[in-house]
Amino acid sequence: MSDVAIIGIGIHPFGRTEGMTGLQQGVHAAREALSDAEMEWGDIQFAFGGSSAAGNADAMVNDLGLTGIPFMNVSNGCATGGSSLLSAYTTIKSGQFDIGMAVGFDKHPRGAFNADPEASGLERWYGETGLMLTTQFFGMKIQRYMHDYGITSDSLAIVAEKAFNNASLNPNAWRRDPVSKDTILNAMMVSDPLTKYMFCSPGEGAVALIMCRADIAHKFTSKPLFLKGAAFRSRPLGSFEVFSPSLEIERGPSPTVGASEATFEMAGMTREDIDIAQLQDTESGAEIMHMAENGFCKDGDQEKLLQDGDTKLNGKLPVNTDGGCIANGEPVGASGLRQVYENCVQLRGAAGKRQVQGNPKTAYTHVYGAPGISACTIVTT
Amino acid sequence: MSNQKPIADNLFTWPSDKPKLLGSRDSETGRYFFPAKRSNTHEQVELSTKGTLWTWTVQRFMPKTPYIGTENPEDFEPYPVGYIELPGQIMVESRLSGVKAEDLKIGMEMELSIEPFVKNEDGEDLMMFSFKPSKDL
Repeated sequence: MSDVAIIGIGIHPFGRTEGMTGLQQGVHAAREALSDAEMEWGDIQFAFGGSSAAGNADAMVNDLGLTGIPFMNVSNGCATGGSSLLSAYTTIKSGQFDIGMAVGFDKHPRGAFNADPEASGLERWYGETGLMLTTQFFGMKIQRYMHDYGITSDSLAIVAEKAFNNASLNPNAWRRDPVSKDTILNAMMVSDPLTKYMFCSPGEGAVALIMCRADIAHKFTSKPLFLKGAAFRSRPLGSFEVFSPSLEIERGPSPTVGASEATFEMAGMTREDIDIAQLQDTESGAEIMHMAENGFCKDGDQEKLLQDGDTKLNGKLPVNTDGGCIANGEPVGASGLRQVYENCVQLRGAAGKRQVQGNPKTAYTHVYGAPGISACTIVTT
Repeated sequence: MSNQKPIADNLFTWPSDKPKLLGSRDSETGRYFFPAKRSNTHEQVELSTKGTLWTWTVQRFMPKTPYIGTENPEDFEPYPVGYIELPGQIMVESRLSGVKAEDLKIGMEMELSIEPFVKNEDGEDLMMFSFKPSKDL
């Protein structure tokens, strides 16, 4: 079986783009990826794509060309992009096709997501009485974690400050103005202990990746990158997830732990092998907890790592080098693919002012979302 | 006094002098569920009315639909929520009443309280469960 290479990457800037639908942003990203790989749409043999709120990805063929290829729509919540990538990977690995695209895009209205209890298999009263808010879950999960492991609000602010600093060096990011730690700490509280600058917002954006059999990758690019591992997991018993009217007293691991383990096993690598990481940062606390859930440190070690600046661009393990969800927003269908896009840019040495020094060769992504799903990847030079 | 009725069926015993949350227990695994699950292996159980605060946050902005609270964004009062650990059973997510955010502490003792939430179109009080501190603060 052939390995799988990433040979073309494209993005539509994240944020808000008036006058452009999510689907059009997807087409923009797809064209950019084709141009990056010096290919035509006619070279693409299959595609997987999706959005959560901006329509069916396969409608892109109206703009890209009616070539008759199988174009499969993917709808898997926050792991939509990750699932598209994994599906494209498996399709190439199986030998069914040689060259394909994974694309994700979205366009969400302003403000927090509206939650529908019945769509999540819950009773109406749960939403009617004001318990069904994602922001509450994030506040409560990190509140308990801070209590158990001695993480401080100062560290929550360091994570957000880093996100805006990194984004200020990223022309494709949404929120590109640095925000000081004091401003972050003293901003309006949204769900204690998280202030408004510690949360990401629903937004817009699109990413497309072109993948092919590794043994033909050099035909298209002098710098192919290789997808060494990719795995997806749903929640196990005892995990603490959003929209839970009740929880097991006996606590268990999160879906992230399983997805991360499987990804490293598939790649035959360890955490020490990873040079940079993009970790789901729906809010500051999530990035902190995900450092441990993905195995990059022990629970509680984050406090020192953050205070020492170890996850900054020039740190030992740079995390969320493009500003993450906090500064890019979260267009659900595109978010997981943005992480892989950023890793490809960094591994090519093409990240400009935010380039991680020392020629990074290995990069990790982790996406996490409702109702308790996680997908991880490892890309190498 | 206006009529009172639970916001949903099978959520807690009502009317009652000592109301209790209604959960279920899976006879095969011994696991507790809340709200109660309908299944042949599940039996309905009344959950403990006392527990401890496992974690908490405060809802600081007015929720959007499907929220049915009748506040306006102008007079909306932030409300605390948390998970209450009912020993040997399950942790239940709940609004927290009778306590200010600054007095909330993980581990504090809490007890069930059934309180009016909103009035329905017939003028009846829809009753909702919450947990309040067991001791005066």
